[in-house]
Amino acid sequence: MNIQFRERTESASPLTTKTAIADCDIHPARATRTELYPYLAKRWQHHLEVYGVHAYQGMMEGPPYPKAQPNASRRDAYPPEGGPQGSSLSFMQKQLLDPNNVQLGVLNPLNTGQGIRNHELSAALCSAVNDWQIDKWTSKDKRLKASIVVGNEDGMTAAAEIRERAGDKNFVQVLLLSRNVEPLGQRRYWPIYQAAEEAGLPVGVHAFGFGGNPITPSGWPSYYIEEMVGHSQCQQSALASLVLEGVFERFPKLKMVMIEAGFGWAPSLAWRLDKAWQRLRSEVPHVRRPPSEYIREQVWWTTQPMEDPERREDLFDVIKWIGWDRLLFATDYPHWDYDEPSRVLPAGVSEANRAAFYFGNAQKLYGIS
Amino acid sequence: MTSLIAGGVDCDVHPAVPHLTSLLPYLSDYWRDQVTTRGMVDLVSQSYPARSPITACPDWRPEQGKPGEHLGDMQRHVLDLFQLSCAICNPLYGVQMVFSEDMADAFCRALNDWLVKEWLDRDPRLRGSIVVSLQSVEKAVAEIERCAKDPRFVQVLLLVMGDTPLGKRALWPIYAAAERLELPIGVHAGSAYHNPPTAVGWGSYHIEDYVGQAQAFQTQLTSLIVEGVFARHPRLKMVMLESGFTWLPPYLWRLHKFWRGVRMETPWVDRAPLEIVRSNIRFSLQPVDAPPEPAMLNRLFEHMQSDELVLFSTDYPHWQFDGQDALPEGLTPDLVRKIMIDNPHATYPRLKELPPKEARP
Repeated sequence: MNIQFRERTESASPLTTKTAIADCDIHPARATRTELYPYLAKRWQHHLEVYGVHAYQGMMEGPPYPKAQPNASRRDAYPPEGGPQGSSLSFMQKQLLDPNNVQLGVLNPLNTGQGIRNHELSAALCSAVNDWQIDKWTSKDKRLKASIVVGNEDGMTAAAEIRERAGDKNFVQVLLLSRNVEPLGQRRYWPIYQAAEEAGLPVGVHAFGFGGNPITPSGWPSYYIEEMVGHSQCQQSALASLVLEGVFERFPKLKMVMIEAGFGWAPSLAWRLDKAWQRLRSEVPHVRRPPSEYIREQVWWTTQPMEDPERREDLFDVIKWIGWDRLLFATDYPHWDYDEPSRVLPAGVSEANRAAFYFGNAQKLYGIS
Repeated sequence: MTSLIAGGVDCDVHPAVPHLTSLLPYLSDYWRDQVTTRGMVDLVSQSYPARSPITACPDWRPEQGKPGEHLGDMQRHVLDLFQLSCAICNPLYGVQMVFSEDMADAFCRALNDWLVKEWLDRDPRLRGSIVVSLQSVEKAVAEIERCAKDPRFVQVLLLVMGDTPLGKRALWPIYAAAERLELPIGVHAGSAYHNPPTAVGWGSYHIEDYVGQAQAFQTQLTSLIVEGVFARHPRLKMVMLESGFTWLPPYLWRLHKFWRGVRMETPWVDRAPLEIVRSNIRFSLQPVDAPPEPAMLNRLFEHMQSDELVLFSTDYPHWQFDGQDALPEGLTPDLVRKIMIDNPHATYPRLKELPPKEARP
């Protein structure tokens, strides 16, 4: 959503009276096309100039399904000094962090080195993005924490990047996207989970990405809305793969966060997995417990875009079935489908649940004091 | 368990084709020759491996042959036991996997003729679905028109995973024919396997494919709604078969939210997705991907905000429930009547052609 932002004096701002919140999905952008170049070897700078990134989709620039707004972002989020939405720290502070009293903001950079066919370039770009997150964002505002982006299709190199960053307090999670060359439970991705578990970092799986597979099991649809809604089906298939390949069984301390793909589908997917597992478990003996148990113990969900039923109490049934302790509030700033913190939960939710939803769950999961 | 009532309609039973050679009498000389000369094998889809536990309830597994192959078994296991007024036969035979449109069409025609002779002619309670391949829209329409002359065909049958999303405009002549002939379009679980069975690629396991059917149904509903199928064909009904339905409310909440946000992209969608589903889309009962508590399932029916969406099905011979527990626990008698009798009759206009009750066995 777009919000008219009005200039007001610092003293008139009721910042300190608002309860602190965590925003678990913020998208920092680059102000210029070459902003990553200081972090890239000359070879890769040259490569980008000549060949571009060569993704698992056809467009040299931009997404195959045109977004509904420029950069899929709020029209009111352009920084006054120029550059795309989300590319200015000072404007992010002014528009998002200060007025909402965001005390923990988790950065999830998109358009990094993920989903690129040249795996060496992918690794170089991801490493550059990680350096850039520290320099431009987390070292300048202690409320912001970064996600380690990794070249997702090359598990060994990705694991090396995670080990390199392990223990660095600028980072609070590893970031993957939901759509890859194969479903996320496949063995090629296991080194990533192993390294994340060792480092004590949750793995966030953000909607989007391109892995070359059509976004429906019946091929490519026509419209952007089908891609947007379809991310929740991709996420369900990715989570089913993680459970059925035994990733949670093999890495019992691994924590995963499903980011920006909805959470309403979680109970029905878990029931369906349980029912199918009761019938077909001889095919997957490595899945020792009912799938719903792994999901309940090892998976978290960010909230934005909140499912929007006609009757709010219906949504609270679903949240109760998932667990109030498993949801992490997120705005998705600066994207157009931003959830405004003050409007997400209506009156009537208990103080304890409200506190967990807006801050406590994230604080605990990401180990922030 | 919830008690069933007599006179119900089972909207999803699966008579099995014993073998590709069973279709030989229904093929032209040319295609009969192709099958035998080329040594073609039985068209069994990976969706339902014959010995997989999902493929047949243990009580319904015959000593020989495929589950669901014998009319006598189907009569004993469901038609008589549940005192059904009728059952709709949805043959799941791998004709959709074929790549040649001519071969697919020949097999579909043979399959539909086989269903009439071997099943519909032998028990007056049975109704059929017209199986078509989407390789050629023109041939599919011709087959629908040919079969629709027999009032015992009450539906057109497609699979949920095919070559293109089902809302695509190229397929609309099929929907026009179905609407004109009062045939709902049944969309059944299963894949032509021409695309990976999940939107994130090929998984490793049969169980993964099976769980993934529900996500495939979700993407198809989105396609059908946003392409505008129901704006063009407001009287067309579509029935999601073996889809599960407990995913429906949260799915619609999300679709509705995005539709409000980007409806300028598809301005021909003239009603909210929630309304379109309530008027045009139905779901077969089994499998019930049910929560652990019956009270939670009742909350889910509340979330659906309609008691007209679900149609009774056993999914015979697939293993969805044990013994006689075809209905999940906790349903009210009113809802049972809607699911078993009223909703199917409201969905399938051609069920009116049933013979009077006293004439039935």
